[in-house]
Amino acid sequence: MSVTSKKGLDYWLPKLVLSPTVAIAIIFIYGFIIWTSVISLTDSTILPRYDFVGFEQYVKLFQNPRWLSSLWNLVVFGTLFIGVCMVVGLVLAILLDQQIRAEGALRTVYLYPMALSFIVTGTVWKWLLNPTVGIERFIHNLGWESFQFDWIVNPDMAIYTVVIAGVWQSSGFVMAIFLAGLRGIDTSIIKAAQLDGASLFSVYSRIIIPSMRPVFFSAFIMLAHLAIKSFDLIVALTGGGPGNATDVPAIFMYQFSFQRGRLGIGAASAVIMLMTILAILIPYLYSELRKPKDA
Amino acid sequence: MRDTSKRYQPVTGRAILYGVLMIVAAYYLLPLILMILTSVRSMEDIRMGQLIAWPESFSLEAWRQAWSEVQIGARSETGLKPYFINSIKIVIPAVAISTILGALNGYVLSFFKFRGSDFFFAALLLGCFVPFQAILLPQSQLLGWLNLGGTIPGLVLTHVAYGVSFTTLFFRNYYVNLPHELVKAAKLDGAGFWTIFFRIILPISTPILVVTVIWQFTQIWNDFLFGVVFSDPSSQPVTVGLNNMVNSTTGETRYNVDMAGAIIAALPTIIVYVVAGKYFVRGLTAGSVKG
Repeated sequence: MSVTSKKGLDYWLPKLVLSPTVAIAIIFIYGFIIWTSVISLTDSTILPRYDFVGFEQYVKLFQNPRWLSSLWNLVVFGTLFIGVCMVVGLVLAILLDQQIRAEGALRTVYLYPMALSFIVTGTVWKWLLNPTVGIERFIHNLGWESFQFDWIVNPDMAIYTVVIAGVWQSSGFVMAIFLAGLRGIDTSIIKAAQLDGASLFSVYSRIIIPSMRPVFFSAFIMLAHLAIKSFDLIVALTGGGPGNATDVPAIFMYQFSFQRGRLGIGAASAVIMLMTILAILIPYLYSELRKPKDA
Repeated sequence: MRDTSKRYQPVTGRAILYGVLMIVAAYYLLPLILMILTSVRSMEDIRMGQLIAWPESFSLEAWRQAWSEVQIGARSETGLKPYFINSIKIVIPAVAISTILGALNGYVLSFFKFRGSDFFFAALLLGCFVPFQAILLPQSQLLGWLNLGGTIPGLVLTHVAYGVSFTTLFFRNYYVNLPHELVKAAKLDGAGFWTIFFRIILPISTPILVVTVIWQFTQIWNDFLFGVVFSDPSSQPVTVGLNNMVNSTTGETRYNVDMAGAIIAALPTIIVYVVAGKYFVRGLTAGSVKG
């Protein structure tokens, strides 16, 4: 093809520059999602095989008690993680918004865990929460002998330790989003309300917080996304244990696909994870894209 | 600015406010302080006392151990050092390539729109949200076919492929808010695609460039999932090295070495955060609020 004229080159160049990314999107994102979905419909074990068995792997998946308990753990972890992060983040943002002297320094402190790898967070909290060396031992040595904080080795409570470490890592981030939201609010409305004698509490609860609905929405999306993908934190903190007490879908998927050689069921679990994220995301993107352009 | 007309606030209210903020700050800081304190204690000191305690001894022995001596798994090279070097070898090309691609994509998607380009941008955003579990199996197949399984180039390719959605989003959202007259005028003057990019756009891209580099650096340095799935012992990044080190069950748990190792693994991103925290936060919020 002869693309010699200046106009021709100008026409093709932008498309040419974009083409590697188009290839990436087609192969690595859409192609691979389809591929994973296809594998989930086959009886693949250690290697992918293309003998289709319909939805058998999904049936097996939802008959598997480990999968069901990992889903339940995700519900418990996700709800608490999102809820506590939102509350802590909002409260911190409001407190920091009261013309605090050292706001910059405090913000830096609240947010630094976000720069850490979940593996580092998990490693530190593992020792802190370990009853024989960590907080429990420390309190015992202070003289309170009956103090008990052994959640991390207690199968009924271990999932809550994941919440503790997760909130430590991510709540500062939520604070940053909310603080940005608070700063974006038109202050004249607030001043008018205060002149009318509204208390600080009702200014926040009636005016400010309701007007931050979009910010709540994006914080929720980010946190839900983090929760559904959470893998590293749990690997480093509890390894999924004690027993399978802190198993989540991401760990289930990893173990069945790469350690137990059951690709079919692993792929099915990955598809369910993707569907869950899309179910949360699509309404969000839809509402975002419908907004006027410079909103 | 302090608003003088503000309603009278009792002094005790301010005191409680600052008290709460300080306590919360302590909650965030204590694990880091504990890491640092423990890493400079000797094992003797920890054995005699307890883990949460003020150091009775000071030495950098645990740091030396974690960096170059501790046996991790069965590999012949000891310490976190080889893992740390792997991480550097992965991060530098992956950040560079994904950032350059993102800048060019953002440029095209903002100033050289064509039929379907907006649709493509929307479609690309799925890459920001796809749970990586949904692409792990095909990606490991592909890396195997390309003979890149368990290699550093394989990990670089993976990080570029799944980072380019974010970098494109960042640059596109930045460029789309620039005045379009700038580029229109240059086009009328006959400036070409590359001239406009290098002479006009790139010089005003510094803020978003910093945000993108920091975002990608943090994401890739802290990655564990790709690191554990697509590497073999010779190419494992530092997060995988740290996890293996902490969870190797042989012998007595050396808390001081574990903590020193955790700090070593975290140091690069902490330094970036301390030096360029403002841009770090901007990236986080840009990735969420505008996502």
